[in-house]
Amino acid sequence: MATTIIQEHGAEVSVAEVGHHHHKETFFTKYVFSTDHKMIAKQFLITGMAWAVIGGLFSVIFRVQLAWPDETFPMLETLFSNWFDEGRLAPEAYYGLVTMHGTIMVFFVLTAALSGTFANMLIPYQIGARDMASPLMNAISYWLFFISGMVMLASLFLPTGMASGGWTIYPPLSALPQASPGSGMGMTLWLISMAIFIGSTLIGGINYISTVLNLRTKGMTMFRMPLTVWALFFTAIIGLLSFPVLLSAAVLLIFDRHLHTSFFLSDIYIGGQALDYSGGSAILFQHLFWFLGHPEVYIVILPAMGMVSEILAVNSRKPIFGYKAMIFSILGITVLGFIVWAHHMFMTGLNPFLGSVFVLFTLMIAVPSAVKVFNWLTTIWRGNIKITPASIFALGFVSVFISGGVTGIWLGNSTIDIQLHDTYFVVAHFHIVMGIAAFFGMFAGVYHWFPKMFGRFMNEQLAYIHFFVTFIGSYLIFWPMHYLGMSGVPRRYYSFNEFKAFAQYNDMNVLITVAAIIVFFVQFLFVINFFYSIYKGRKVTDPNPWKANTLEWTTPINPGHGNWPGELPVVHRWPYDYSKFEDGPDYIMQTEPMTEQEKQMELNAKH
Amino acid sequence: MQLLLIFLAIVLVFVVILQVAKATELISVLKTEDEYREDTSRSNSFWLIVTGVFLLAFIIATAVTSVDKFLPPSASEHGNWIQSMINVTLFFTGVVFLITHILLFYFTWKYRYKRSGKAYYYPDNNKLELAWTVVPAIVLTVLVAMGIDKWFKIFADAPEEAIRIEATAKQFGWYIRYPGGDNKLGPRDFTLTNQENELGVNWKNDASKDDFLSDEIVLPVNVPVSVNIAALDVIHNFYLPEFRLMMDAVPGITTKFWFKPTITTAKMREIKNDPEFDYELACNQLCGSGHWNMKKKVTILSEEEYRAWAAQQKPYLEQNPPQVTEQPVVNDSTTVTAQL
Repeated sequence: MATTIIQEHGAEVSVAEVGHHHHKETFFTKYVFSTDHKMIAKQFLITGMAWAVIGGLFSVIFRVQLAWPDETFPMLETLFSNWFDEGRLAPEAYYGLVTMHGTIMVFFVLTAALSGTFANMLIPYQIGARDMASPLMNAISYWLFFISGMVMLASLFLPTGMASGGWTIYPPLSALPQASPGSGMGMTLWLISMAIFIGSTLIGGINYISTVLNLRTKGMTMFRMPLTVWALFFTAIIGLLSFPVLLSAAVLLIFDRHLHTSFFLSDIYIGGQALDYSGGSAILFQHLFWFLGHPEVYIVILPAMGMVSEILAVNSRKPIFGYKAMIFSILGITVLGFIVWAHHMFMTGLNPFLGSVFVLFTLMIAVPSAVKVFNWLTTIWRGNIKITPASIFALGFVSVFISGGVTGIWLGNSTIDIQLHDTYFVVAHFHIVMGIAAFFGMFAGVYHWFPKMFGRFMNEQLAYIHFFVTFIGSYLIFWPMHYLGMSGVPRRYYSFNEFKAFAQYNDMNVLITVAAIIVFFVQFLFVINFFYSIYKGRKVTDPNPWKANTLEWTTPINPGHGNWPGELPVVHRWPYDYSKFEDGPDYIMQTEPMTEQEKQMELNAKH
Repeated sequence: MQLLLIFLAIVLVFVVILQVAKATELISVLKTEDEYREDTSRSNSFWLIVTGVFLLAFIIATAVTSVDKFLPPSASEHGNWIQSMINVTLFFTGVVFLITHILLFYFTWKYRYKRSGKAYYYPDNNKLELAWTVVPAIVLTVLVAMGIDKWFKIFADAPEEAIRIEATAKQFGWYIRYPGGDNKLGPRDFTLTNQENELGVNWKNDASKDDFLSDEIVLPVNVPVSVNIAALDVIHNFYLPEFRLMMDAVPGITTKFWFKPTITTAKMREIKNDPEFDYELACNQLCGSGHWNMKKKVTILSEEEYRAWAAQQKPYLEQNPPQVTEQPVVNDSTTVTAQL
């Protein structure tokens, strides 16, 4: 049994025992109710891909509405008859799709699929563990995620419509069914789904943290862990500390909706009726929401940062520059990330003094982010950069992270936020810095570790086409949105035609929509490549195809449950000894003992 | 049928791309791994440079050609302060953006993989780390200091002489209330809210007597205006893009924003060369299915024109006397609390 292997991992585990274990597997235990971290990672990834397609499709549908608000689309009506009325997207459906696009992408794709896939796969592999600290909890985490997804999916087909108050579900709009049809059953299912989802995240997070702290193999000190593991470790800590706050907000909102409490509601007159809620604060909800909501963006971006660091080092054939600075900058981002949430609320009537404090902390976060960017640039400087599908997406990540990051300095400054808050400038900022960047990190990760997942390569040519179209297309979609935002065009508008000031940029909206449609369809190259390569891809013949140093490449090409057939590897060095010596191979794996010469060098460096 | 054809066309494009990709993979097997990697590194880093140049050209061209269109002149005093903050931030972030991007694409091309190549073992350098911690920290401190300074200026108390108006949002429209000759808005009390008196104004209070409601926002130029912002049902946002003014309207809370319009509607029509131009109030917080259409006309007049307009407005009580009698009886203590 898996658990016995885990418990005994310190002691000798015989090859025969691991081998014996394989015979018992049935289809259900292997592919469905698996407790193997590798299989659970694949479950998260494939579920996440399905959600990403749905979330992306929704954005295409509402982009069509924004580009051609006066046209009718009988074709789309045939496909989505519930949401269209006489060939045009109904306003309620538009807001529903916007809400679902945000919810699906932020939570199901960039939180669950990104952390779920790579934390599950890479933590045990890269720290030299046979599985997670609790494989059963790991499986439960996936299945809770799956169930929460099914609840959300069901809400799409409600006759009253899905939740439509935006992914931030601010009450009173989300609390009062009379304020919006989507705030009825749609919102109830949204809240139930999210509560289950938070359970999944917490169970997963506890598991990742305890695995990193307890199951590192002999010699794997904390400061010998690859940056991927560091990033995933901090991501799990952020999730564990912030998601419960969202749960509390969701529970209080459920109370307000169904038990007639007044946590978030006060003095409301709606539908010709004065309601008797009193004493609550709608702003309290926003504090609770953004106490998760802001750390959430780091939950989304840190795993991508970790993978990009690893992939750039491997493919530049150079150590990551400033390993410790990278760790401390992640730590800095983690800590500061908890005290900047109110920069989403500058325009809520927040006390101006409180606002100024949040300006200070928010701009401070730019420092560790800048350190990371300069370290990546120095990592590729004087490297011997192999362009692979993974490394080209990692390079693209650095580009989009800079582009989206610098506009954060605009928005984090409350004075500028007065002009740009809730305009398309914000939409551009966060889509580039957490949407596109996190997706690029995810693509880089999938292309890089696909050989480890399935023992085959993905097709490189398709990957390069996928990269260039996505890269250029993303800039064509989101760059013009900065201009729209600066000229004052607000986000979450069903149509700009009613306002002369906003309607004059229709050409721009057409350009954005056309680019969005192209980028959406190009993602199918990735999806096809992914599934095709699982069965027909070029086979991996070398257990270490990228000539990397980390422990996952010491396992067999298709490892069984328990990862290493024999004893666990022993670690002797940090993971970034690339091109250390003039001659010999340009990489030294972590399992390679230090030579006398190296020990001497290290001693000299210390004195 | 049309749907089917489009679907088939897409499938066909995919099939072609897939076949080409498969063929290149078959050819690649003929080379050694290192040769193949040298090829992909050369061709892709070249295309990356081309892409980078294209994107920079696109960014610079759109920025230069559309700067006028996309940065409309500010029609309020504090809007110009915001603009100067944007200019400073644009300078610093623009420099960082350009330098880092040029380095990124240049390094990728210059240090692309060669079989004969060798990377330089360079794991860390504390001086460099210190430099790029301290320099950004200093720049950001400057930006924070400048930003907070303006922020406090914008949110300082409104001047005494400011005209005090009130905007109340509901799904999906606005109530605009003026204080009348006494420049005092009558107090509101939620317990007075009903279908005849949606705002819950205490019409018995003296300050309410000359208050009037207006179908549009009319204000004088160069006179400070303080806006009390409120909402009846869900959160809305009082958004005047040309005046760089934005503030949430939250049920149960009154928020405030004061500003000084600097350009009259007539003048703005000249600047924009559009005789039909009007300032408009919009909602900028998702408030339901009609969120995108919560429009209210805003007119900025000269001070004399404004006075003439205000003199023509009849107090609400004069126009709608019956409501007052139908209003529930209020005891004095409630009135006092409301006034406080």
